[in-house]
Amino acid sequence: MFQTDFNIILPEVVLAVYAMLALVGAVYTGKDKLAPAMTWLTAIVMVLIAAWIGFAGDGSHLAFGGMFHDDPFSRFGKVTILLSAAAVLAMSAEYMERRGLLRFEFPVLVALSVVGMMMMVSAGDLMSLYMGLELQSLALYVLASLRRESAKSTEAGLKYFVLGSLSSGLLLFGASLTYGFSGTTLFSGIIEAAGAGQAPVGLLFGLVLIASGLAFKVSAVPFHMWTPDVYEGAPTPVTAFFATAPKVAAMGLFARVLHDAFGGVVGDWQQIIAVLSVLSMFLGSIAAIGQRNIKRLMAYSSIAHMGYALMGLSAGNAFGVQAMLVYMAIYVTMNVGTFAFILSMERDGQPVVEIDALNLYARREPGKALALLVLMFSLAGVPPLVGFFGKLYVLRAAYEAGLIWLAVLGMVASVIGAFYYLRIVYYMYFGEEREEGLDGGKSPVLWAFLMGSAAIMLLGVVNLFGIEGVAQAAAATLVH
Amino acid sequence: MDNLLSIVTFIPALAALILAVFLRGEDAAAARNAKWLALIATTATFLVSLFILAQFDPSNTGFQMVEEGEWILGMNYKMGVDGISVLFVLLTTFMMPLTIAASWKVETRVKEYMIAFLMLETLMLGVFMALDLVLFYLFFEAGLIPMFLIIGIWGGANRIYASFKFFLYTFLGSVLMLVAMVAMYVDAGTTDIPTLLTHNFGSESFTVLGIHVLGGAQTLMWLAFFASFAVKMPMWPVHTWLPDAHVQAPTAGSVVLAAILLKMGGYGFLRFSLPMFPVASDILAPLVFWLSAIAIVYTSLVALAQEDMKKLIAYSSVAHMGYVTMGIFTANQQGLDGAIFQMISHGFISGALFLCVGVIYDRMHTREIDAYGGLVNRMPAYALIFLFFTMANVGLPGTSGFIGEFLTLMGIFQVNTWVAAFATTGVILSAAYALWLYRRVVMGDLIKESLKSITDMTAREKWIFAPLVAMTLLLGVYPSLVTDVTGPAVENLIEGYQTAVADYEPATRVAETATAGH
Repeated sequence: MFQTDFNIILPEVVLAVYAMLALVGAVYTGKDKLAPAMTWLTAIVMVLIAAWIGFAGDGSHLAFGGMFHDDPFSRFGKVTILLSAAAVLAMSAEYMERRGLLRFEFPVLVALSVVGMMMMVSAGDLMSLYMGLELQSLALYVLASLRRESAKSTEAGLKYFVLGSLSSGLLLFGASLTYGFSGTTLFSGIIEAAGAGQAPVGLLFGLVLIASGLAFKVSAVPFHMWTPDVYEGAPTPVTAFFATAPKVAAMGLFARVLHDAFGGVVGDWQQIIAVLSVLSMFLGSIAAIGQRNIKRLMAYSSIAHMGYALMGLSAGNAFGVQAMLVYMAIYVTMNVGTFAFILSMERDGQPVVEIDALNLYARREPGKALALLVLMFSLAGVPPLVGFFGKLYVLRAAYEAGLIWLAVLGMVASVIGAFYYLRIVYYMYFGEEREEGLDGGKSPVLWAFLMGSAAIMLLGVVNLFGIEGVAQAAAATLVH
Repeated sequence: MDNLLSIVTFIPALAALILAVFLRGEDAAAARNAKWLALIATTATFLVSLFILAQFDPSNTGFQMVEEGEWILGMNYKMGVDGISVLFVLLTTFMMPLTIAASWKVETRVKEYMIAFLMLETLMLGVFMALDLVLFYLFFEAGLIPMFLIIGIWGGANRIYASFKFFLYTFLGSVLMLVAMVAMYVDAGTTDIPTLLTHNFGSESFTVLGIHVLGGAQTLMWLAFFASFAVKMPMWPVHTWLPDAHVQAPTAGSVVLAAILLKMGGYGFLRFSLPMFPVASDILAPLVFWLSAIAIVYTSLVALAQEDMKKLIAYSSVAHMGYVTMGIFTANQQGLDGAIFQMISHGFISGALFLCVGVIYDRMHTREIDAYGGLVNRMPAYALIFLFFTMANVGLPGTSGFIGEFLTLMGIFQVNTWVAAFATTGVILSAAYALWLYRRVVMGDLIKESLKSITDMTAREKWIFAPLVAMTLLLGVYPSLVTDVTGPAVENLIEGYQTAVADYEPATRVAETATAGH
């Protein structure tokens, strides 16, 4: 019995053991001297585990009496999380080393938070949900304040920690209410208690509080306040990490709780998700207009994008989950590319985050400018780039579920949002010549990620790299 | 050639890719190579597209040369042409080599310029050939990206404002259409355009948010499509982006915008609004008529007051597109034939007029009407060509401009006499602004010091105008060239439309009576 359970969670165990060995090894040997190699090694280990999960995984299994799921849905989430985390690690090694930020704790913390994220998408019980969530959150709090000498970074870490604890508190309170009214912490038990015609009011309170806690993690409005400050304050590689893997994990967990535990009362949570979605889309689109700092801009952009992903989720059916998964995979790919560009923005070796520094960038670096142009139009959802198909998916999901108002509002918000993406293109291509431009940026790794991401956005128009079928299988296991 | 349409569509894109990947350097040689490659590619596209015309059988009212392949989300990559779309394909391939030739004087970022235009051609051709809703939307919207860059990078002084306005205006119109497309998919279960053309969308009236929606779902979808096509067309009162975009765009950008991009709106009405939502079209036709009539008269008056040549021609375009929208929704043979004819002919004429402005702009670098006068003394050839196209724009019999206006007015007269009477005054007004413009720019004595050394058109410029003059005259004296191709398809469209409207009317009357009796 234990043998089977253990086999199911083997990928998580391997990564966790690797993280701890790396920690011990680094402490007892050269400390930070090993950090660059460790960062790359961690990235490679993550890619290997992703390949292992992606190719060897098969069917649906339960471990530890239903507390842990291994099914196509969790595998989809895990592969996305592992690959994006590995991409961020690979991108950050050089950047952090040059600025003396690269400590051996960085890859270890990322690896530990990824273990937490893998737990989150696999959670089948309120206990394992909370364990996974806290493991990733605690690692992220520390990562946010990695730049100890910077007031902004410390502030970001503290702000994230305080607000994050509040949301964890809300979530725990919701979990305890849910437990009190259903008598179990297992999702399979909750769905029985909630699904029998009408859910008890206490259970609904539990649902609302859990949803609030999770909305904080995906930074959906009105639980988004921490996002711009944390994105701005944290070192850029950490921001890149925040914008990718944890979002996928939180979205996956959101979908799992809503469908596995509350799948019988879709009507009760559909409106909540729809309102979160529409608020996020509009606030994200409008507030980003005023931003001059590209990291804050990307923070609002990610809020808006979470709104679209929630739009898919609000459909409350298998197609909605499929749309959400496709959207998240596309979103992560776009963000990896965009942050590869942001990491390469520098002048005299110092990082630059003001968007007007991009003035006429296209003159100096036509290739990179073109790649960023593709990514910006893709983020705006303009066809034929892949970002458009993400929007098309969630739009169709919402429309088919009868949420026509949400579909229309979402599309209107996407036009507002297009403005600030266009403005980056405007700076790069139509701007005025300035004295202090950006340096070329010579990192081949960043260049490769930027170009790769842009190429995916262009070539995906052929068949989205077959992600459709995988996402469909993943969604089918979650929604019965 | 089984995939002739795809070949035609993607030749320019292939050339753009070659330019992007293989052409290096910023020197004069690289610029010259980029120009020649673009010219060769667009000419090749035109020559290959002649095979489409050769293979096309006008008596067949269905889609021809259809290609199909699987895509994502249950959609198909499906291309094909019918009597309505085939001429737009040829108009596009015909205009593009001229556009490239007219851009020979571009000096900044030549490679990117040519790539943008080549990509634009692929996307425009795709719009006219796509037989899948989402594929259509993809081409329709993607065209915004190169056009945004063309206006923003190579445009005039106020280009930033114009490019953003152009992009956001048309984007907002289009996303609503996307919602309607999803609605159509959910209703019909397919995004295949030929199937949707035979699908009956619900037309039962219902009340939503306290508003009684006559024509039901069809009306809502019609309005969503209208939001997109009316902006693209552009119709009054959502035309304000066009003068800005035209004035700021480089000459070639204006030509493409006027000659081809505006036609996408009209094509959309013909392909979607009229045949797919016949009941809603019938209900809302008076709205379109009056908006068109206002557009014709109002924008003609606005054109009279312009100080900028390009702006004047831009407003004249809005007025001429008014005839098109009016003609389309008359839903009779003259109106529809006239609308298609007017679009094709306007493609040649307005394109030529913007090129005329470009000729003197290249020499004097101003578009102010007041900066010119008496050009006939130094530029006789130019005066002749400009006169010819001014007359064509006015609608002089013998030029193609006359046929389009006359047919659409004849069509509308059978449906709504008042609108016809109102719209006909536009013919007089167009003569007023066009001739006045000509007088101020070309006639009179050459008194301005700066114009004393202006040179007449070069051989290159004359050759660009030659095919346009030929086409305008040819269509003017032999309009059956167009109507023979479009006729059967238009007839088929009208037949379907009238059946649907006839089926609907008794049904509503019964329903309305029942409600009243209730």
